[in-house]
Amino acid sequence: MNKIIAKEQLNANTSKIIINAPHIARAARPGQFVVIMPTEKAERIPLTIADVDQAAGTITIIFQIVGATTKLLDSLKVNDEIPHLLGPLGTPSHVEKFGTVVVIGGGVGIAEIYPLVKALKKAGNEVITIIGTRNKDLLIYERELRTQSTELSITTDDGSSGQKGFVSDKLKEIIASGKKLNRVFAVGPVPMMKVCADVTREHNFKTIVSLNPLMLDATGMCGVCRVTVAGQVKFGCVDGPEFDAHEVDFTELINRLKIYKTQEKTALDHVCRLLPGNK
Amino acid sequence: MNNERINMPNRSVQERIMDFKEVPVGYSLEQAIAEAKRCIQCKNPKCVPGCPVEVNIPAFIAALAKGDVQAAVDKIKETNALPAICGRVCPQEEQCERKCILGIKGEPVAIGNLERFAADWEKSEIPARPAGGRNPKSEIIHQNQNNKNKKIAVIGSGPAGLTCAADLALLGYQVTIFESLHVTGGVLRYGIPEFRLPKSIVDIEVEYVKNLGVEIKTDMLISNVLTIDELQKDFQAIFIGSGAGLPKFMGIPGESLEGVYSANEFLFRVNMMKAYLFPDQLTPVSVGKNVAVVGAGNVAMDSARVAKRLGAAKVSIIYRRSREEMPARRDEIKRTEEEDVEFKLLTNPEAYHADSEGKVFEIECIKMELGEPDTSGRRRPVPKAGSNFKIPVETVVVAIGNGPNPLIPLRTPSLKTEKWGGVIVDQKQWTSIPKVSAGGDIVRGSATVISAMGDGKRAAKTIDEGLNNE
Repeated sequence: MNKIIAKEQLNANTSKIIINAPHIARAARPGQFVVIMPTEKAERIPLTIADVDQAAGTITIIFQIVGATTKLLDSLKVNDEIPHLLGPLGTPSHVEKFGTVVVIGGGVGIAEIYPLVKALKKAGNEVITIIGTRNKDLLIYERELRTQSTELSITTDDGSSGQKGFVSDKLKEIIASGKKLNRVFAVGPVPMMKVCADVTREHNFKTIVSLNPLMLDATGMCGVCRVTVAGQVKFGCVDGPEFDAHEVDFTELINRLKIYKTQEKTALDHVCRLLPGNK
Repeated sequence: MNNERINMPNRSVQERIMDFKEVPVGYSLEQAIAEAKRCIQCKNPKCVPGCPVEVNIPAFIAALAKGDVQAAVDKIKETNALPAICGRVCPQEEQCERKCILGIKGEPVAIGNLERFAADWEKSEIPARPAGGRNPKSEIIHQNQNNKNKKIAVIGSGPAGLTCAADLALLGYQVTIFESLHVTGGVLRYGIPEFRLPKSIVDIEVEYVKNLGVEIKTDMLISNVLTIDELQKDFQAIFIGSGAGLPKFMGIPGESLEGVYSANEFLFRVNMMKAYLFPDQLTPVSVGKNVAVVGAGNVAMDSARVAKRLGAAKVSIIYRRSREEMPARRDEIKRTEEEDVEFKLLTNPEAYHADSEGKVFEIECIKMELGEPDTSGRRRPVPKAGSNFKIPVETVVVAIGNGPNPLIPLRTPSLKTEKWGGVIVDQKQWTSIPKVSAGGDIVRGSATVISAMGDGKRAAKTIDEGLNNE
């Protein structure tokens, strides 16, 4: 179970793994995630399901190597088995024929929007996809998304690919051209989602963001994934991960995400000392 | 005959707050026999109906009194698959021991301590025993050959699920437990700290249930991987024991600040993910010098004692009623106090205040007084106007209860639930869906290990009757 059947390094700090997990592949819907423990001592980390092949019984996970547990996950090789893989988790994305939809992916969020873009296209939407990274070396999934999108735009902070600037700049441009957007989805770093929400709020275009709060059990028990939405406490693993962007308290989310910054550094140093080939 | 109850020795406070090892050290064989001899072997024992899993208490104690510990264990295991767990965490003082006739004039027989002794003896005294202890399956199972091709799905490997699974396995059914977490045991693993219930004990008792023929699949979340409908295609009956759910909060300002935990999160980090061994175990937990725990149930006591062991200098329990209304077990309150936890009673938090970095640094509290009794029969705490005061803290643990787990009800529209989320069952534990039973915290919200086990036991009986009356 949970054997890694393919692995690819997408860029300096992002990897893609394809895992044999027929029970998850069969049940997964766009917007859902899994919890992975790459070793028995690791944290339980949530990662979005970036693709599913039901016939092959596999799921695709794309992750950034940012901490101890993702470092351990990246140390696994093809044919290794992942000790613990739980999913699909969370409420699936709500997909229907909205009309014109803008889907925005930033950083590793670019991979996470792929199943959503596919589903939106299949439902008959005009799908305008905007993807953005700091520079061209970090771009992923461009080819895959292009085939599924009516229109694909790229932005990079340094202008090394596509348009120089942020995804939100491109979003503003599309809105300024007079297009009426029936739905906007934004997945990526919290500041990016916040800015996109600010842009669409004044035009009253309903916008959905996929949040990434801290999680432990991720099955509706511990409560660490609580987020404030429209003044109410909601739980990312049950009510989410998708929420109405105009109602989310992003400041609180940003604060909660940095709770363990110091310990995360300690854990990463600890793991780096233990892993072969690391100093 | 010496009629003084033999109390179980505890490790000294100074020693025990330095580690997570168990606090009571257990009886010696001599102590156990002496305590067992106190039992007067009532012809019409009151203790047995006081036990939700119907342990034949006088019989196992009689065997112990004769020094035949194996016979005592076998007797207990006829109805209770988890004796070493029950001997530690059951509130015997409200159940079997409360009914003990000796308790009228003096101290009741220490039934819980004796159960624990017998179960521990089996785990440690016989060198070549199978893991989990002797297996009574061979003696019982062949009575029910016609059950062996019937498959039962049990959801959750907590106390309710393990008990239901064990009883059904003893009746000869093919039982599969689906556990959503990466290890078995449910609340026994994530909720109850090591110093009250060592995880090695949980391992052994789960192993015993497996030895009965029960298959356990971890990392399998029923409702998401397979729905209840889908499960019904492969299994003749289902027991839902999916346990506790999301924590309750008071709805006061600052509950999402850094430093404010729910007890579920705090205990899950420490007990399940072993954060006290960080960074060797990679899940962190953060505890400041001053810790406040809000609430006064067993979970609150556990949280306070965990905080102490994680190095907090000052730990306080904040509770809005008085000592008399505290829901925790008396023994746990006593041990918590011994460990220098301060009880701030008739006190209620009104807000948590943040420093410039967004971390909690003080709790604003208000003094309470007790008014007229409320619907629970306890006197209602009423705030005293103008009595606000502040307590400096770096860490807060909110331990005011939790609801049932929301996931199965959310994805099973035909499963009827109470407004507060609990799955509705009849007296036999059947839910609104035919051949689907439920028990434990998914029905009760938050209750005890033993009441969950009682539900599991009743459900097993109900399932057996249901399948054999077809």
